[in-house]
Amino acid sequence: MTAVHVLEDKSHFHGVWVFLEHRKQGLRDVSVELIGEGRRIADLRNTTLTGVLLGNRVDDLATYALGYGLDRVIVVNDPLLEIYRSRPYAQVMAQLIRRHKPEVVLYGASKNGRDLGGRLHAILETGLAADCVKFDIDAEGNLDMIRPSFGGKSLAHILCKKHRPQMASVRRNVFVAPPHDPSRTGEVVHESVELGPSDVDATLADFQEFTREGGLRPEEADVVVSGGYGLGDPKAFAMLQELADLLGGAIAASRKAVDSGWVPKMLQVGQTGMTVRPKLYLAVGISGAVQHLAGMQESKKIVVINIDPKAPLFEIADYGIVGNLFEVIPEMIRQVRALKSGATDVRAAVPATAR
Amino acid sequence: MDRGPAARPMRIIVCIKQVPRAQELQVDPVTQTLKRVGVPSEINPPDANALEMALRLKDQHAAEVVVLSMGPTSFDESLERAVAMGADRSVLLTDRILGGSDTVPTAYALSETIQKIGGYDLLLCGEETTDASTGHVGPGIAGHLDLPQITYASEVRIEDGKVRARRTAEDGTEWWETTMPCLCTVNFGCNKPREPTLTGKIRVERGGVVTHWSCADVGIDPKKVGLFNSPTIVAKVDTVRLPTRAGRIFSGEPKETVRQLLDALIADRVISP
Repeated sequence: MTAVHVLEDKSHFHGVWVFLEHRKQGLRDVSVELIGEGRRIADLRNTTLTGVLLGNRVDDLATYALGYGLDRVIVVNDPLLEIYRSRPYAQVMAQLIRRHKPEVVLYGASKNGRDLGGRLHAILETGLAADCVKFDIDAEGNLDMIRPSFGGKSLAHILCKKHRPQMASVRRNVFVAPPHDPSRTGEVVHESVELGPSDVDATLADFQEFTREGGLRPEEADVVVSGGYGLGDPKAFAMLQELADLLGGAIAASRKAVDSGWVPKMLQVGQTGMTVRPKLYLAVGISGAVQHLAGMQESKKIVVINIDPKAPLFEIADYGIVGNLFEVIPEMIRQVRALKSGATDVRAAVPATAR
Repeated sequence: MDRGPAARPMRIIVCIKQVPRAQELQVDPVTQTLKRVGVPSEINPPDANALEMALRLKDQHAAEVVVLSMGPTSFDESLERAVAMGADRSVLLTDRILGGSDTVPTAYALSETIQKIGGYDLLLCGEETTDASTGHVGPGIAGHLDLPQITYASEVRIEDGKVRARRTAEDGTEWWETTMPCLCTVNFGCNKPREPTLTGKIRVERGGVVTHWSCADVGIDPKKVGLFNSPTIVAKVDTVRLPTRAGRIFSGEPKETVRQLLDALIADRVISP
């Protein structure tokens, strides 16, 4: 694996690739979003956009994926690729990249995307920028990979000038998914690679799927009700869940609430958690560390409820309530419930001074 | 390095990084890298979780825990703390030519150092660092050494000479099984790292718990490390400008403030009446 690295002339590298993650015969949202952004980059570079789909019997999905704006899909079908596995996927991607020499490869910054990209960039000895939020092309035609740095306080422009491909990962909900055009045509290319059972070095012994009983996932919800350290108690999350249910949304949490063991880490929003961009982000008892902002500042409307009027999160709020959340949230639950039941007495009961 | 399974205890190598503790990080405007001088430091919190996991495995399996880091000699502070917590010994790869290395040379240099330590059964890393937050070095080491890797593990068990690890993915919990040697990256916050013990502190006081190696000591190719041999560069850093928001803040009686808020959200068509 550590053979002498010969730097090839980068002019031999053409085209933009998107690594397509899939599950249950569907593309993951982050991959669809990347096709949209990949299309933009490919057009800027005046080159083609290719999706790479590894799996077992995924031809129908490959054809479908073209509709999101790909020029072609490279498919590798193999029973060993049925589920994501670090080593076989990295081996196959490394072979495909060495064979076709793309100039850019984009990955979802998902658990599997990072697992794959991190392994691959060491094998290929090329640059990989994590969690990019924006891309540009510089004057020399390099991909300007822009990512939050230093805890989200600044944006770093990462360039990979001499090595190819230039690789980057992007979180879900950073770019907007393109529409699907069923009439779009393109090429589906089947590739074969050297892969044998000895390449499988780890086996999935058990899988317990997260159930939907806990409600929507925050990344998918239009409304996210997020709780922080100000809740003071894991029981207070039941109150947030009730409000989220009424608003058709999901609950989430700050890192401090997760670190306190009140809610599982899968609900954490921020730099070391997930990125969300719902229509409404309701931050309850969250003071607003920059690491938290990194995960929610693209939300369409931000509402902040905090007892401390100096909480930094108020600075990026569309609306805020300064008050005791243990009074404000029950009152909100009451008023939202009254709204949903069509009752007008609540609104009539208070003077409409602010209209 | 030849050894039978019974020849010596299992060896676990934990890779850690020392990171600035404060969230007040400063950027050097000239080099565009982090100014680390004068900022209080700590073991990168996810790495502390990896260390705690190693120490628990040591408790169960009488394993030897070796802690490895790469950086300036000021990193001794974190390595000494790791020993005070219960690690057996530590190695610091320290050399000026490593300065400015991105994740590619870092993974390469650590891989070479791991091979020099040798005889390892399990490699543990934190899922990512809190200062650079890429999560690329752990899988990069596994790629260099061509080892099985299990990322985002929140539990690691060693049973019948195999590693079983619980990995939290987006859709559910996976249990992976693999052979040793292998590499696991450890989920941030999956355990509570222990405090240094008195005996541990005494060991540190006696000295000699950190071994310093240079690139030449390890046999690292100088042409493959450092700022100029890193594929990526930070071309520039912009200050984040947050979008301007309406910023209407309500205060007063909850009944009134909640009504004002809901009215505003209904007017914005964010929620429907």
